[in-house]
Amino acid sequence: MGSLRIPLWGAPMDKGALQAVRITAITQETPTVRTFSFFPGFSFRPGQFVMVTIPGVDEIPMALSRSDTITVQRVGDATGALFQTRPGDLLGIRGPFGNGFPEQEGTLAIAGGVGAAPLRPLVMHGLVECLLIGARTADELLFLPELTQKTSVLVATDDGSSGVHGPVTGLLKEIPLSEYRQICVCGPEKMMQAVLQTLDAAGMAGKSYLSLHRYMKCGIGVCGSCCIDPDGRRVCRDGPVFSGDSLLHSELGKYTRDASGRRKTV
Amino acid sequence: MRITSGTVLVGGMALSNHLLLAAGVLGTTGSSLARILACGAGGVVTKSIGPYPCEGHPGPCVVETEGGLLNAMGLPNPSREFEGELQVLAGKPVILSIYGGNPDEFRTVASWFAGTAAAFELNLSCPHAAGYGAALGTDPDLVEACTQAVSSLGLPTWVKLTPNVTDITLCGKAAERGGASALVAINTVKAMRISTELKRPVLGNRVGGLSGKSIFPVAVRCVYELYESCRIPIIGCGGISSAGDVIEMMMAGASAVQIGTAVKDYPCIFRSIATDLYSSDGVPPDTIVGCAHG
Repeated sequence: MGSLRIPLWGAPMDKGALQAVRITAITQETPTVRTFSFFPGFSFRPGQFVMVTIPGVDEIPMALSRSDTITVQRVGDATGALFQTRPGDLLGIRGPFGNGFPEQEGTLAIAGGVGAAPLRPLVMHGLVECLLIGARTADELLFLPELTQKTSVLVATDDGSSGVHGPVTGLLKEIPLSEYRQICVCGPEKMMQAVLQTLDAAGMAGKSYLSLHRYMKCGIGVCGSCCIDPDGRRVCRDGPVFSGDSLLHSELGKYTRDASGRRKTV
Repeated sequence: MRITSGTVLVGGMALSNHLLLAAGVLGTTGSSLARILACGAGGVVTKSIGPYPCEGHPGPCVVETEGGLLNAMGLPNPSREFEGELQVLAGKPVILSIYGGNPDEFRTVASWFAGTAAAFELNLSCPHAAGYGAALGTDPDLVEACTQAVSSLGLPTWVKLTPNVTDITLCGKAAERGGASALVAINTVKAMRISTELKRPVLGNRVGGLSGKSIFPVAVRCVYELYESCRIPIIGCGGISSAGDVIEMMMAGASAVQIGTAVKDYPCIFRSIATDLYSSDGVPPDTIVGCAHG
């Protein structure tokens, strides 16, 4: 995927090992989302993720929002523990892992909620011509001021407090999809499923790339806990970014598996 | 050296080649196992299934080491719901790995899958799950009892052994007495890494099991010792990543092999190893199994 590499300063990681990083700053982005800055940073491709260890608690996959930041929504025990940390605390990092988004100019990006985090580097490096961003409410719109400086932005909120009232798919009607070289998508599962259906109806599924989230244990393609149906591809190693046409008849939007491997309806 | 290809009869199974997927690797879902079969594996062993659903240990569950992989997954599994995963694998050479805390639990799990799995592999060897795996598998009497509890169901029953014992042949012979169809050697080697920066063990469970190239010599030694002491076939497992490794394991006494950690970087390693391993002018496999003895 993608030929253009974005040069980013930072030390290449020893991918397999666990490296300690020190939290340098914590930024409250929205009422439920914080960005954790750490040192040292490292080189990565937009859309790649790291496995983040909160010492003594657990390890969770997190997309990189910069070469030295992760942007996290508080959703469970591990993210709750991460929200208890302070600048100066140590985290463990493995990675970066996964394939990342193709790096092409002329990209249409579609973000839902904290799904704006892995798309942020694409926008900040000038590859995104237009960004559609959705959230539950106006104050949950992530990175909006800096993204607006880099690209044209269209907003949708579930409660209508900013932009179009309703899901981000509502914005797609106004967009000349075929004019973009690719469409990169990250957001909640149901939102991505709805976006993919719309793109498929417009004949654009093959030019779209969706970043999936699945429960992961190893992050390196060996344990099998993040495999998707029906073809058994590994989200951590073969993804997390998949082309839309390869997901049309998949489990996307239907079910995921929990830590034990039991299926859960989305 | 190359060997001739053909149907491999081992431990009550008829396989299309000598190369199986090891338990615990890409074996959580039916579609993943089907992918590995499509990648040329002669058979696949599932993730270990237990009597109750289990989420496994807190992370990190895996860390790479020089020449190996250290893991403490903690036996995550969906228990009986795994039946749904096996639907896409009907008629395929699927060996169901089982764990339990006592002989009755082993038998209960096996009975759930008696109609769908082609064979069972008993996990009496996981080194990092309290009350399971090696907690039973280091006691020859329990190995025999668990094996007996499953083998009496009438399906091929393989027993996977732990190397973390003084004499692995005592457990091999116990499995043989219990009616095992084959021995699988070895599971991971108990191990630990410490993050010097975090000043604590890397793995969430602190202790884990080492796999990959770095344990291959341990696995060869264990297979060699079992071949001297046991009559049932041995399936070699531990750090195999090339056709040369397969030949060496067969010379130690293995009738087939399982591949796990090496699948990480290349799920289709089965096909590439087979290309290197088999040749129409190779030697018959039977002539090299155990040939390093004597």
